[in-house]
Amino acid sequence: MASAKIKQSNAYRVFTVCNTVLMALISAVMLYPFIYLIAQSFSSAAAINAGEVGLLPVDFNVDTYKNILAGGEFVRYYGNTIVYSVLGTALALLLSSMLAYPLSKVELKGNKIIGPLIIFTMYFGGGMIPSYVVMITLGLRDTVAGFLFPGLISTYYVILMRSFFATIPKELEEAGEMDGLNKIGVFFRIALPLSMPIMATMALFYLVQYWNDWFDAFLYLDTKTKIPVALHLRNLISTAANAEDAGDSIQVAANIKSCAMVLTAAPIICVYPFIQKYFVQGMMLGGVKG
Amino acid sequence: MPTSTQSKPVKLKTHEEKQGFAYHMRRYWQLYALMVIPVVYYIVIRYLPMIGNVIAFRRYRAGSSILGDEFVGLRYVKQFINDTNFRKAFRNTLLLNFKYLIVSFPLTLIFALLLNEIKNAPWKKFVQTVSYLPHFISMVILAGMVREIVSTSGPINQLIVSMGGTATSFISLPEWFTTIFVVSGVWQGIGWGSIMYLAAMSGISPELYEAADIDGANKFQQCLHVTIPGILPTVSTLLVLNIGQLCGSGAFEKVFLLYSPTTYETADIIATYVYRMGIQSGNYSYSTAIGLFQGLINLILLMTANQVSKRLTGSALY
Repeated sequence: MASAKIKQSNAYRVFTVCNTVLMALISAVMLYPFIYLIAQSFSSAAAINAGEVGLLPVDFNVDTYKNILAGGEFVRYYGNTIVYSVLGTALALLLSSMLAYPLSKVELKGNKIIGPLIIFTMYFGGGMIPSYVVMITLGLRDTVAGFLFPGLISTYYVILMRSFFATIPKELEEAGEMDGLNKIGVFFRIALPLSMPIMATMALFYLVQYWNDWFDAFLYLDTKTKIPVALHLRNLISTAANAEDAGDSIQVAANIKSCAMVLTAAPIICVYPFIQKYFVQGMMLGGVKG
Repeated sequence: MPTSTQSKPVKLKTHEEKQGFAYHMRRYWQLYALMVIPVVYYIVIRYLPMIGNVIAFRRYRAGSSILGDEFVGLRYVKQFINDTNFRKAFRNTLLLNFKYLIVSFPLTLIFALLLNEIKNAPWKKFVQTVSYLPHFISMVILAGMVREIVSTSGPINQLIVSMGGTATSFISLPEWFTTIFVVSGVWQGIGWGSIMYLAAMSGISPELYEAADIDGANKFQQCLHVTIPGILPTVSTLLVLNIGQLCGSGAFEKVFLLYSPTTYETADIIATYVYRMGIQSGNYSYSTAIGLFQGLINLILLMTANQVSKRLTGSALY
């Protein structure tokens, strides 16, 4: 009996070692593309094109960063991204919660019609072309609204918020009404402050969504000075790719591309490990409920 | 006369009034008022385009109303059914989604099971943090990274050259597109995808493991007979819902950023074809017809998947 137990634990020890090695390998694979990009961004274009950069920078220099950050253009797009992300997130949070809160009230008869109609949009949408036609017809071409509107209210997030609002004790809201607040007052003064955990999580999701979005800008923003940095990055990469396809020697230097990518991903990568639990929380909220 | 007024059931009337529309609105109008702007948003941004799908059957030219000019019936439907590019895109949509699912689904599950066996908490946290990271980067950056890594001067080709091979431009070869698409997808999604399973695993009662331990089950047997049965409802729900998205456009951004005319053969999917036909070439009605066709298939698949999931496990995503 005792020897069997020792045998088992020995086998398990071997497994644990293998598992640790495997997990370390997976972590390395997960991190490698980031490391490679960072190495490129500190290397010279010549070294990159010669295929010398693998893990560490070759011809280490910070000139690319200096040039990009002094060039004005990149800084401008970066600023656009910050403004759009903050503005979009604020609007998105406000509108999503204004929809989610009433939807969480079972006594509201209209929810029987509005609820299913909102959820239906998760199954079926207008499609790319009709949506584009509507946006253009509304005159949203080349406006900030054109960039912000398509992702302004995410039905999935509304559903997550609704389930959170539904857990707020009725007594607290009734107490607010006793103290003279109307229902809108109860929403802003009682329900919202009590929902800070979900609001923080949703804010992060919306922030990442707007920070990373390039396609809506690609469709609706024509003026170059208005574009967010993600679209600028896409244009850099596609110019380089087209030049490569055409066998053209004039390319966007690889170090400029990687430098721009590192700077664009930096805020998310640097902040993310510290706020990871809010993201995971959000994911769990939406988890399949058994 | 007075007797008839008296005989009216006064109490019943106020009761009826209490249940009535006017009373309901008087009491709750503020909650409805809160919803007005979001509901208008849904009408204009979500439902108007749905109605706008009629341009699949009515000719739309630049400058027409969103409902198109004249009715042309099934002209565009007939046209795309005979379009070999459409057929290719339809096949590629299903193939790419299917191949990604068949590779990523089991890998994600195995990854979650292995993560669950890590007993050292800080190490586990580190692996989780690192593996979730790729989920948050923009598709533009993912595509940029992929292009750098498979480029002729990138690390993969460096390895090939150092072993005596010749550098290959993988990104412009149609036979490599699926591999690039699937591998980069697994890289980006495996960590985040494991969260659901880890959540389900943490919900399994420790008493079950203790009981299994007392019965002499080793760790492997515990995994097989406690952990896996414990997360089976989650696994089947996720599988069914993933199958429901097989005809979806989830891959659009990535394909759009990674493909090129040389790889259309294996890379072009319905969504990218619709983009090129519609927004790039201005065939709005034609591309709307294709988009609507995909949307309807997707709707049927999703609803079926949801129903199956409800039957199987009593839970569904929406």
